Amino acid sequence: MAASKLGRWVPLLVFAGLAVLLAAGVWLSRNPNREALPSPLIGKPAPAFELPVLHEPGRLATLEELKGAPFVLNVWGSWCVSCRAEHPVLTKFAESKRVRVIGYNWKDEHADAVRWLEEFGNPFWMVLVDYEGRYAIDWGIYGAPETYLVDAGGIIRWKHVGPLTDAVVAGELLPALAKVEAAAEAQR
Amino acid sequence: MNATVSRVLFALVLGLSFAPAPSHAQAGSDPAPLVFGDRAEERRFQALVSELRCVMCQNQSLADSDAQIAHDLRREILDLMHEGRSDTEIQQFLVARYGEFVLYRPRVESKTWLLWFGPLLLLLVGGYVVLRVVRLHAGRGPLPKLPPDGDDGQEW
Repeated sequence: MAASKLGRWVPLLVFAGLAVLLAAGVWLSRNPNREALPSPLIGKPAPAFELPVLHEPGRLATLEELKGAPFVLNVWGSWCVSCRAEHPVLTKFAESKRVRVIGYNWKDEHADAVRWLEEFGNPFWMVLVDYEGRYAIDWGIYGAPETYLVDAGGIIRWKHVGPLTDAVVAGELLPALAKVEAAAEAQR
Repeated sequence: MNATVSRVLFALVLGLSFAPAPSHAQAGSDPAPLVFGDRAEERRFQALVSELRCVMCQNQSLADSDAQIAHDLRREILDLMHEGRSDTEIQQFLVARYGEFVLYRPRVESKTWLLWFGPLLLLLVGGYVVLRVVRLHAGRGPLPKLPPDGDDGQEW
């Protein structure tokens, strides 16, 4: 008798379980940027590269020469609509001069890239050029815009996929940068 | 006979409508198609990329995707094959850069145990529940005899 009384609750319990699962699914999908892949490179050394510099013909820049201070690497292209959207945010961040902001001009045309920067302003300390996309694969880049924070030792500390917003800068990039700076300070 | 023919026709039409899009749909957007050394290499390549997920358009395999990054990755994979890397090494190459996500078949490790063995667990739990229900009913013995006056079904 007790068992069958308990049995009566089974369908309700099953339903409650399903409802909890559903609620969890809805809760987990609240992040509008949920399709962004977490980078396995966080906490790992940034991949070495040797890339031309947009405004200095003939010069090749390497990761080694950028080490010694943290930098932000922003992947963009003149064809990329969201890059245009994040440009004011990135410019405002770069103008704070707290850290070098380096452009990674990906899958673009030289003339288009130069024109884009002339039209909208150039927030970058330096613009690297990867039109073949060879080093982009090493960095795990799969679209634009993407933004990395690399510390003074050349370790990738943070990555954001998709356009930067004021909220992302204030809520993620600046705290990550503060941590990187604090760690560098402690080592000194 | 007639029914069989129409059934076969129906199956054909259905099959055709689900057939992959013709390959020329790709050609225009791929500036330089990949060149394979021989058929065996092409087969190995196709088998490899169909097991890899495109990172940009996340519901397509790397083989099917037309995204720019998918072109680049396919080229990179072919280059790695030419360098003599094994399939496992190539998968490892991509996982190191883009994460486990690129594998359609996640590797069996502690954090994927639930994924791999969850269905089995559910099956066991379901089987146990079914067993309990059957036992419960069996324990009650035979159904009570119907009253002799023969108004069976009336209470329904």
